[in-house]
Amino acid sequence: MTLVTGARRPAKRVTRAGPGSRPLGGHGAWFLVLPALIPILVLSVGPLLYGILLAFTDAQSGRTASTQWIGTLNFQDLLHDTLFWQSFRIGLVWAVGVTVPQFLLALGLALLLNQELRLRWLARALAIIPWAMPEVVVGIMWRLVYNADAGVLNETLRDLGLGDGHDWLSGLTTALPAVIVVGVWAGMPQTTVALLAGLQNTPRELHEAAAMDGAGAWRRFRTVTWPALRPVALAITALNLIWNFNSFALVYVLTNGGPGGRTRLPMLFAYEEAFRYGQFGYAAAMGCVMVALISVLLAVFLVGRLRGGEER
Amino acid sequence: MRTSKSARIGQYAALLAYLAFLALPFLWLLSTAFKPPRELGSLHPTWVPRNPTLDNFRQAFDEQPLLHAALNSLLAAASAALVAVLLATPMAYVMARHRTLLGRAATGWVVVSQAFPFVLVIIPLFLVLKNLRLIDSVFGLVMVYVVWSLPFALWMLVGYVRAVPAELEEAAAVDGAGRLRTLVSVMAPLLAPGIVATALFAFVTAWNEFFFALVLLKTPEKQTLPVVLTHFIGAEGVADLGPLAAAAFLATLPSLVVFAIVQRRITGGLMAGAVKS
Repeated sequence: MTLVTGARRPAKRVTRAGPGSRPLGGHGAWFLVLPALIPILVLSVGPLLYGILLAFTDAQSGRTASTQWIGTLNFQDLLHDTLFWQSFRIGLVWAVGVTVPQFLLALGLALLLNQELRLRWLARALAIIPWAMPEVVVGIMWRLVYNADAGVLNETLRDLGLGDGHDWLSGLTTALPAVIVVGVWAGMPQTTVALLAGLQNTPRELHEAAAMDGAGAWRRFRTVTWPALRPVALAITALNLIWNFNSFALVYVLTNGGPGGRTRLPMLFAYEEAFRYGQFGYAAAMGCVMVALISVLLAVFLVGRLRGGEER
Repeated sequence: MRTSKSARIGQYAALLAYLAFLALPFLWLLSTAFKPPRELGSLHPTWVPRNPTLDNFRQAFDEQPLLHAALNSLLAAASAALVAVLLATPMAYVMARHRTLLGRAATGWVVVSQAFPFVLVIIPLFLVLKNLRLIDSVFGLVMVYVVWSLPFALWMLVGYVRAVPAELEEAAAVDGAGRLRTLVSVMAPLLAPGIVATALFAFVTAWNEFFFALVLLKTPEKQTLPVVLTHFIGAEGVADLGPLAAAAFLATLPSLVVFAIVQRRITGGLMAGAVKS
């Protein structure tokens, strides 16, 4: 810090420390950007564009040499593919089903952890577990919990006198809720940390002033906490919706899309089309539709939320 | 702020419920890993194994090439983290200090790249890597991981760069240091902790990654740990619970350790990036 104050010598020439004050100076800057830019273009942007092209071809694994341009045929097929729409619906239920409870729980927890409570350190330590665990391991772990005979869930229910052993992950009605619980568990820490950071940006004095004016806890939350938290909450919810919609590993390990396709998320469906049946073009078209629809949904969501905020 | 006693009790009850929700599945995994087959087969499983054993760990190593898989994972994750940070740091510096068209495009790409369904990228990548004969090679996987971890590496590093006052660089410039000299001798030491945190985060994400590894690696000897773990779950989903739990627990240890060390820096970095951009 002393260094900083000592550095303020040329009074006028030093522009604000903020970003964006200087133009991209000379060739030096390009030199700094290229090492990252080239791999991004070659391995990310390029494949993405290539993927969009593939969606208009009949590319299949094994005979990519004779790939033909077939226009929008893949998209027309998709339109009539009930299995795809089933998976799309399941993807939406899953994404919303994970994101909403997760947000509410994480919000509650963030509010708790923002208080002076004794077990805060333990909560922080434990939160590392879901965050750092490979998704495959999370799936395996919950398979052990849900296990029909040797699982702790059924054992607890037996002890409480509720039911005698249910195969949660292979029941037609229980499979999706069961995997949703796992999704909530796995993503809680990130959401909590994001919200906690948002909370810590709220000025404490505002709270105290509101409390002095006699505002109850709920009033304080609505008038002070929430307005400050809204941007973070909105961003993390939008991201969670996308991430969950595109998720793969967790459900692949838990149910592999079963039973009877009841948990077959869009990514699992696309994976099977591409790498089990070799339908590259068709799977690419599916990816395009997923991008398009998720963008539309998000736009609707964001516009709706922003407008909802202005009306207040 | 004053809180009534009953509200306090409610708060602690809620906190305990949350802690249980977080901890119990993991404790169950641990408990299963140390149980002998007889206890696993019994209809009334217990939280604490009555006759704890290490047999499951031995059996896990016998059944699947775990050690080999761990080495593959280590190689892939460490090289991906190293390369990603080497490439991202200079670009993050430019993005943080110069608001140019390029910088904005890069920020846009960071955000948009979070929305791709991987399948749209992996199919063309699969075809390209196949033509380059890089399917089934850890090297091909590393290339994918590098690009895949660049967005958040940039995101975090931009936050770290912005946290360093620009006056420091200007002071160095006034003292006659060139751009490169300033970067190496002024910025690099100040950024070092952030760079290490970013690299460790990239390491953990690559260590945990499953989808790309599943698609790109076919031969069992070349597969990474998460892919090999799924082999424990048989075709019918019937698994040998003990060894499965043991292997799963071992696979988690490295990321847990790394994450425990850098967790604060990571959340700090993610937030710095989020708040300031």
